[in-house]
Amino acid sequence: MSHYLDHAASTAPTPAALAAYVEEAGHAGNASSLHAAGRRARRVLEESRETVAACLDARPSEVIFTSSGTEANNLALKGIFWGRRSQDAARRRLLVSAVEHHSLLDPAFWLAGHAGAEVALAEVDQNGRLELAALAAEFGEASSTALASVMWANNEVGTLQPIAEVARLCQRFGVPLHRAAASAVGQLPVSFAASGADALTVSGHKFGAPLGVGALLTRRDLPIESLTQGGSQERGLRAGTVNVPAIRAFAVALAEATSTQAERAAHLTSLRDRLIAGVRRAVPDAVLRGPEPATGRLPGSALFTFPGCEGDSLLYLLDSAGVQASTGSACQAGIPQPSHVLLAMGVDEESARGALRFSLGSTSTEADVDALLAALPSVAERARNAGLTSAR
Amino acid sequence: MRVLAAMSGGVDSAVAAALAVEAGHEVVGVHMALTRNPQLFRAGSRGCCSLEDASDARRVADRLGIPFYVWDLSETFQDTVVEDFLAEYAAGRTPNPCLRCNEHVKFRTLLDKAQALGFDAIATGHYAQALPGPDGPELHRSPNHAKDQSYVLAVMGRDELSRVLFPLGGFASKDEVRAAAAQRDLAVSAKPDSYDICFIPDGDTRGFLRDRLGARPGPILDPEGRQVGEHEGAYAYTVGQRKGLALGRPAVDGRPRYVLSTNMRDNSVVVGAEELLTVNHLQGRRASWLTDPAPIFGADGPPSGIAVQVRAHGREMSAELTLEDQGETLVSRLTSGTLRGVAAGQSMVIYQGTRVLGQATIARAWRQ
Repeated sequence: MSHYLDHAASTAPTPAALAAYVEEAGHAGNASSLHAAGRRARRVLEESRETVAACLDARPSEVIFTSSGTEANNLALKGIFWGRRSQDAARRRLLVSAVEHHSLLDPAFWLAGHAGAEVALAEVDQNGRLELAALAAEFGEASSTALASVMWANNEVGTLQPIAEVARLCQRFGVPLHRAAASAVGQLPVSFAASGADALTVSGHKFGAPLGVGALLTRRDLPIESLTQGGSQERGLRAGTVNVPAIRAFAVALAEATSTQAERAAHLTSLRDRLIAGVRRAVPDAVLRGPEPATGRLPGSALFTFPGCEGDSLLYLLDSAGVQASTGSACQAGIPQPSHVLLAMGVDEESARGALRFSLGSTSTEADVDALLAALPSVAERARNAGLTSAR
Repeated sequence: MRVLAAMSGGVDSAVAAALAVEAGHEVVGVHMALTRNPQLFRAGSRGCCSLEDASDARRVADRLGIPFYVWDLSETFQDTVVEDFLAEYAAGRTPNPCLRCNEHVKFRTLLDKAQALGFDAIATGHYAQALPGPDGPELHRSPNHAKDQSYVLAVMGRDELSRVLFPLGGFASKDEVRAAAAQRDLAVSAKPDSYDICFIPDGDTRGFLRDRLGARPGPILDPEGRQVGEHEGAYAYTVGQRKGLALGRPAVDGRPRYVLSTNMRDNSVVVGAEELLTVNHLQGRRASWLTDPAPIFGADGPPSGIAVQVRAHGREMSAELTLEDQGETLVSRLTSGTLRGVAAGQSMVIYQGTRVLGQATIARAWRQ
């Protein structure tokens, strides 16, 4: 019996989304073609766009479909950087939080290495939440800032960021704000219009769409350049034949996720709290990272560090007990790196190596959590012994 | 048994893992990541540490239907292999990093971690045999003499040997191993062998040392103490070396010159004629044994049928052994023939027939 506790990495498509995908993939038709088949595909595309806009409280013209959240983050960082700098060459600063996903941080540092950008990392407290005073100080250089980017909720530790305060600062200083909301959509109510953000990243396979589709929401007045050339699709911001089947499935899954968000959040919260209390009982010295339950964290995930254990030992032992979890998000050639998120929260490198993230989805059950809790005491003990051998 | 198969991404460890599966063991594949920055290592297919090697190993595990993980052993590797490599060269010795990796990483850290996680043994793709003996398992040469790797395994302990499987032990040739891989549709069946030091991707050992130990120019002397050239650091020279001396003038007698010794105290390199390299006595330190050494040096007189080998693919030489300094020092007297160009820091492995008895690190070699 297998228990999947890694929904934050990817969750299976919902039956309705999968059925929509399969049905749509059977049609010929390029949404840019002018004949009947093309018109049909175009209609599905635009209806999907309207659905997505309605679900996220945006306008249809603000929805740019991409192949992934990573692509949307790249488009936001690079596209807005280039767009803003072409209006005013002094705007070369990128203000990003230190706990952003690598698909956001890496393009920022790429721009620093290749396009003369300057990256300012906004610090977080020990729970992974932005230090607002430090952030406010960064706006001293607002006139040279091309873009600020702060995630909605952290994908590793689940911490929610102070949305309204960040948006107010950005508006006061006239700095566009991007928010990566890949972890939030489906778990929290997300309104693009009310968020104060100028751009927002969404990733389909985190809430029940198939792999290979995401979106960037962008306000129409935001200066943004395309990263790809070769077609005028998606407001000229994303060249290439549009992936209509994936987008239709994305809209179906998003409609399900947002219409059932409150029930899902309650379901995930109750499982998460069972998991957190159970892990603490099973391994008393395990440390929950990020805020305590009920205080500004995602409903569906919890990351613990297990003193004296290495994440790869824990992962192997749980995997062989049929429980699938993750050491976090950062991974290079399969080698777990100490998480930059934990390090930014002030966790020391050795503790960070003993991190394990458990994340729940709409199909998760109490049995999944209980299987973890049953396996955990002996797994942690074994992993600790193995940790001692490699330390000697 | 629950067996952890160490999978480098090469054909040998792939076949070893396959044979462990076919023998009915419950096998899990593990690739050891020896650096946290894999792109720093070679990008081609010949190393044991590149990203391609990790994914080759993963594909073999897929094919065998076994779980596969990459374990980060980079810290141990850096501390016990790379740092030791630099320290040994800096001290004027010539280390064997593959042997140190076996001693500290594969048959220590990996093995202990495997045991702590519930494995009974680890399987590797070495060409050697662990055969049952009256007093526990014995390490023996592979019947494939050209590939025999018992030399680099001699450094593991007796306890470690009892927790290791060498599924390739009975193979008579590499071609047989490649055929076994092809027969099982393993994509690595035609992958080239690796030769060089995995953490020196371009094969430029001297450049690697210079970048880390710094240039330290000094004189190259002849045996009479006359300067005949200059070098950029005596640490980069190895006894017996002929190439790369860059001596402007030929020797008076016109014959090639070899490195006879390196002296770290005055940073000098001494060169001379080939015959001055000849030795018939070897002194080893840090001896370790794969058998109880007491009977070997017991009341029955000196052990018979003993041979020593000083290079990974060198010839074995008949020898008489004596222990000095309460067993701390092992001296081998070659009884038939001599060796040439024996560098301190290499391992001297003791054989009796095909069996490995033990090994020690060479501290000194001389003729008498």
